[in-house]
Amino acid sequence: MVSPNSPETPGGAAPASARSINDVVIRLAGNSQDGIQSIGGFLARLAGRSDQDVMTYMTIPSTISGGPSIFQVRMGTGDILSAGDRADMLVAFYQHSYEAHIGSLRPGGVLIYDSDHVKPNAEDNRFTNVAAPITTGTVEAVGGTSKDKGKNIYVLGLLARIFDLEVPKLAALIKERFGGKNEDIVRNAMLAFDAGYAWPQNNLRDLFYRFEAVDQNGLAAAPSTRPQVTLDGNTALAYGLIAGGVRHGAGYPITPWSSIMEILRSELPKYGGMFLQCEDEIAAVSTALGFSYTGQLAITGSAGPGLSLKMEALGWATMAEMPIIVVNVQRGGPSTGMPTNVEQSDLMQAIYGSHGDTPRVVLAPKNVEDCFYIAIEAARIARAYSTPVIILSDQGLSSRIEAFDEPDLPNLMVDPKPDLSERPADFKPYPLNAVTQHAPAGSRVASGKYPVVTGLEHDELGHPTGSPKLHAQMNAKRREKFKGLAASLPAPELTGDSAGEVLLVTWGSNWGPAREALARIRHAGIKAGHLHVRHVHPLPNGLEETFARFHKVVVAELNDEGLYGFGQFAMMLRARYAMPHIVSVTKTDGLTFKVSEIVAGVAQHIESTALEATVGTARSSALARS
Amino acid sequence: MSSAPAVATPPAPGAPLTKKALVADHPTWCPGCGDFAVLASFYRVLEKLNYPHEKIVTFAGIGCSSRFPYFVNTHGGHFIHGRALPFAAGISLGNDDLHVFVFGGDGDGFSIGGNHLVHTARKNVNLTYVIMDNSVYGLTKKQTSPTSPIGFKSKTDPWGAFDQPINPMRTLLNSGATFVARSHATQVNHMTEMMLRAAKHPGFSVVEILSECVEFFEGAFDAAVPRKGGAFTLIDEKKNDGSPEDAARHDPADEVAAFKLAGQAWPGAFGVFYENKSRKTKNALEAEVSVKAREKTKGAADLALLQSTFSRLR
Repeated sequence: MVSPNSPETPGGAAPASARSINDVVIRLAGNSQDGIQSIGGFLARLAGRSDQDVMTYMTIPSTISGGPSIFQVRMGTGDILSAGDRADMLVAFYQHSYEAHIGSLRPGGVLIYDSDHVKPNAEDNRFTNVAAPITTGTVEAVGGTSKDKGKNIYVLGLLARIFDLEVPKLAALIKERFGGKNEDIVRNAMLAFDAGYAWPQNNLRDLFYRFEAVDQNGLAAAPSTRPQVTLDGNTALAYGLIAGGVRHGAGYPITPWSSIMEILRSELPKYGGMFLQCEDEIAAVSTALGFSYTGQLAITGSAGPGLSLKMEALGWATMAEMPIIVVNVQRGGPSTGMPTNVEQSDLMQAIYGSHGDTPRVVLAPKNVEDCFYIAIEAARIARAYSTPVIILSDQGLSSRIEAFDEPDLPNLMVDPKPDLSERPADFKPYPLNAVTQHAPAGSRVASGKYPVVTGLEHDELGHPTGSPKLHAQMNAKRREKFKGLAASLPAPELTGDSAGEVLLVTWGSNWGPAREALARIRHAGIKAGHLHVRHVHPLPNGLEETFARFHKVVVAELNDEGLYGFGQFAMMLRARYAMPHIVSVTKTDGLTFKVSEIVAGVAQHIESTALEATVGTARSSALARS
Repeated sequence: MSSAPAVATPPAPGAPLTKKALVADHPTWCPGCGDFAVLASFYRVLEKLNYPHEKIVTFAGIGCSSRFPYFVNTHGGHFIHGRALPFAAGISLGNDDLHVFVFGGDGDGFSIGGNHLVHTARKNVNLTYVIMDNSVYGLTKKQTSPTSPIGFKSKTDPWGAFDQPINPMRTLLNSGATFVARSHATQVNHMTEMMLRAAKHPGFSVVEILSECVEFFEGAFDAAVPRKGGAFTLIDEKKNDGSPEDAARHDPADEVAAFKLAGQAWPGAFGVFYENKSRKTKNALEAEVSVKAREKTKGAADLALLQSTFSRLR
């Protein structure tokens, strides 16, 4: 890679001293205007293109600009299922970044700090300290009036050298990213990159690494033959909805949901549809229901507070049996809570919110890739059962970037065309002996008798009724269709042992850390399994048989243990199955589960000295001190 | 509400739409309610418009007047309190072929749904909204409504209401509604004409109809009923005939003049206060976005579009 006005980038071959690694966690800490997240984005996308499975974990401060910002990226050649518990490398841009994040660096890890801004504690000898002139190096390389803009790209160059990353691909990514702007910006970015890339050659003796595939004892997934795509959870969800045949929607901005509506606002018109920004959350759900009423399944979405506002209309949708998809990107609650942190505390609201008996469907994606597929599944269920479907994503998934197999679109695309065919003369909007399928406005009814969709209790033709008998029958109709759905659901994914000491149960984004925790638990000699539930409500049938095969069923979820000592999903499972060996591991610190936290939680519930010994043990792969 | 459904006659294809085909359940309103006359007028409006039967939608929120969709045999819906407008916006924008009519009362429109009224108006969504204003909450048996006059004794203001009532015409004008008219439930021909013009108006059209609640606010609108000693003052609309007297007539395109009319003392004037035919509808603007987007992508098929997006994400 050659950029104008700069010396040719030094050769890419790693020095002979480069050490093999298969897994590294890098945390970058600075201010939000430094473009920290774009470094992470570049690394994640590079890894995606390089057939290295990658997972990133990102936090964005509530402030628009200024204030601390971090990005943590974990890169590896095996299955990367969680963000990684502790950082192997910390890049600190400022003194405050150093002070706030040095605690997250594993003893023996590498600290790279900007020598222009950071004075590390000289007495702290736990780490390999590297003083890099990030600011002056960038200013010297770029020159002109750009000040220190481009520090992020300088650091990207630095990391590319240290980890022997594929420079041509990175260069292509940088050009893609800045290509739309003027040429000076691309040129400056490449100058900063080259300067960062050149620095380690003469200043670091033995901090060079090379990723190498490692045998994971059969735990790693088989390498894929499909191209890899790299995106975040909100983007995956938005495109999943399009693949699922959703062309209409309405919303109101709220963190961390907004990027879904931004994408759909721009994308849906290309597909002949539209996404509207409404005056409030209630108008958004109402407008989406209006779209659905014309036969075009629509989507609305929000975070927890907005879901609360939509509840009355969702009660109507249950009563009127109107399909709609509601995405809830969960954040810390209650109220405004912690808008930029992760939590799974909207489960009860999703399942039981609203007034009256309002059975509805709740699904939760397990990772970024699953955000795409769960959207298609939500659309399928909403149509087939003429019902609201809530997708519970979370803040962690929303902004996390993962690489996964490109979806097989020709086999996934759903035709969005509404069915406006003439309905037969005996058409009933609310038949007692069948699942409702509405005649959308615009479709003729042969009898000449047109239906009213209604929130009042009604007879089969939609006429209001105060009949106690009909209310009971219609409640049963609305309930029974979900029993049919439950019976049709596939058994949830069960990994590890199918019987034994402990069964880990998760829903939503805890899938990854729980899967890694399972490996550690089994490594300690304990017979253990992991059951992950995507269809959270209604539950697939037969879970009690799986639960009965284990001494303890430990449900790990990101919400409070509540008054009775159980998280929301655990509470639901205990109520449904009345099994006292279902117990809970919960936390509400606003962060995703660390693997060690799940292992420690399991250790509290089972008597195993072997497992207790593993708690707190660092991963074996690491950046060893020289 | 237990009345047997009226039997509708299946219309022959292409046959004119008649009241017989439009009648549905028997209304549940109290005898003497002004809403009966609104319903009768609406049948006449639909007969005159003669739209394809399946393309008419009658929609409502909650309230006495919001029972309307059960009494009209068209595609219809009975939604939650105050939110009929955003739902109806979804219907109108979801299928531009449909003719969407929303019915509701003063509580639905100006109180719980007040924000939606403002925003549907400013967006100029193509639909017709008929507000049957009785200045009282009737379904819940006599509480103060947002248009109850000062001094009105209700169960929630037994000493007489003292909050400033909403001026519906001013509110609608100020929100950017592009067709604003006012009528009275005792004036069937006038009501019919207003609803007909509203239906034909491209954009968000509103007709406020003073419709008396004989049960809880008897005589509320007598001041505009000639046989009760009141005056039903019609707006003298400009005819653009070049005559000297035409200069003094009301030009519905004149927003300032419309505000002046809206500020008249009770019971004020009746007719079209304002009509703006030039502002684009939300429906047209959103369609333009889609046309432009599809020009850019050269009308690529859905699969090809999404495939190209994923190729960029590699």
